[in-house]
Amino acid sequence: MAGEPLGMLSACATGEAIGSGELDGAECLAFWAERAGDETLNAYLWTGPDDGGQRIAGAPVAVKDIFCTEGLPTTAGSRILDGYAPPFDATAVTRLRAAGLPVLGKTNMDEFAMGSSNENSAYGPVLNPWDRTRVPGGSSGGSAAAVAAGAAPWALGTDTGGSIRQPAALCGIVGLKPTYGAVSRFGMIAFASSLDQCGTFGHSVADAAELLSVVEGLDPRDSTSTGIPGGLSRPTASDLEGITVGVPRNFLEVGVEQGVADRFAEALKTVERLGGTIRDIELPHAELGISAYYVIAPAEASTNLSRYDGVRYGLRVPADDLVEMYERTRGEGFGPEVKRRIMLGTYALSSGYYDQYYGTAQKVRTLIVRDFEAAFSEVDLIATPTTPGVAFELGAKTSDPWSMYLNDLFTVPMSLAGIPAISIPAGLAAPPEGGPQLPVGLQLAAPAFAEQALIESAHALEAAIGFDERPEGGGDS
Amino acid sequence: MIDRDQVVHVARLARLELGEDEVGALAEELSSILDHVDRLLAVDTDGVEPTTHVVPLENVLRDDVPGEELTPEQALAPAPSVEDGAFLVPSPKTEG
Repeated sequence: MAGEPLGMLSACATGEAIGSGELDGAECLAFWAERAGDETLNAYLWTGPDDGGQRIAGAPVAVKDIFCTEGLPTTAGSRILDGYAPPFDATAVTRLRAAGLPVLGKTNMDEFAMGSSNENSAYGPVLNPWDRTRVPGGSSGGSAAAVAAGAAPWALGTDTGGSIRQPAALCGIVGLKPTYGAVSRFGMIAFASSLDQCGTFGHSVADAAELLSVVEGLDPRDSTSTGIPGGLSRPTASDLEGITVGVPRNFLEVGVEQGVADRFAEALKTVERLGGTIRDIELPHAELGISAYYVIAPAEASTNLSRYDGVRYGLRVPADDLVEMYERTRGEGFGPEVKRRIMLGTYALSSGYYDQYYGTAQKVRTLIVRDFEAAFSEVDLIATPTTPGVAFELGAKTSDPWSMYLNDLFTVPMSLAGIPAISIPAGLAAPPEGGPQLPVGLQLAAPAFAEQALIESAHALEAAIGFDERPEGGGDS
Repeated sequence: MIDRDQVVHVARLARLELGEDEVGALAEELSSILDHVDRLLAVDTDGVEPTTHVVPLENVLRDDVPGEELTPEQALAPAPSVEDGAFLVPSPKTEG
């Protein structure tokens, strides 16, 4: 570790070096603050740093701008919250501060976490550090790009249908979404409350797990929070002896790019080389996940976003009449994708359609939950590619909402079931139309609260895959 | 499948002002999205219970004890308009 450049030191090792006195916390923070301030990918909406005047015990954290930070700008990527500085911290942020981890900055994101490309941010898209003409994924694209580009050691994000795992895959880093309830949602701006979950990004499984162990836990301010029973310890596994990994072949048949399929097949061979067993499984209803998700998530969003009314915070567009003030404020403050989802959700919940859409989607959600329960009676983990393809070009999918939504085909079912899942880099592949080598993600999912087993296997696989590529130039160019 | 009149109706329910061009675009986009979503209607869900929440929790309660929370000043600070310790809004009276 000694002599290694600070930017290449893992976040875990940085914390250890500060703890042992080998590294000065303030110097470390200054180093990362400069990196964050210099990045040119539009990954940050605000850079501080903000150490809260407290002791520095570890590497600073890039925080998705969906988390409320006391006195610091918090926009959720929306114009309707432009200039908002919350009077309180989200519980996840409180936990960072209590652990001596400063907030390095607030990262760019799709507006209210609705998107898979970061093109829905009111503050401009984030660029992918591997190829600046491509998207970083979303909605936590700023967090993923910042870590991938070396502009943050690690980061917090949120995942509602894939918003951590998908950008982690497209940026070539690790993204970990824990079980629903593992991390408090207090102060995490709500999108779809039955799905939203805080998770972490890092260059390694150990870093992502370490940051999760800081923020997870029961919170009296979120009655749906549970924490992770038993907590998390640093993963040490070096093989997959006795582990059975299920592969839902039928689900993976449609629309996977060849390069992604190749890296996935190699990863499965690596599982076997490490002593694990591959077993074909069925998830018969998983392919309906996107359809169910695009009823449930917009329905919940349409109610959650009713709070943006120009009264208590954020934008107000003046009008003589109260209802007109609401309508004009919301019409001007929300971007196109947010409006689309509010409309879709309001329609799905409206009189005459409630049972047809919302009721049916929730029943299909039950079928998906049962699919996973059946699968996990036979296997320990489930593996899929994280995304059907590598990072696509900016603008490539903006005109067709459904093609954009399909990015989350393989990540949405786990969100609907509330189970933990991780994306780790599986190598590089070129897009089908040709072009640069871009990261491919491998997704592993586990039963609810089996985070420790998940990170052990992911850690063993990560070491065997040995992905150590970083984008050229990264945030420095 | 969703026409402009429905878009205008739903937008009113959602308290969302839309421009003419937005109404047309949304009618097309929502219809297209619902075409995909309609696959759900073909699934046999007879006798299946809906899932509203994935973690089996019920009645998470605590004692009703006041804690240290925001002061009125802190809570009002981010508001666009306040008066006498309250949020100030335009008149709710509507014409017609």
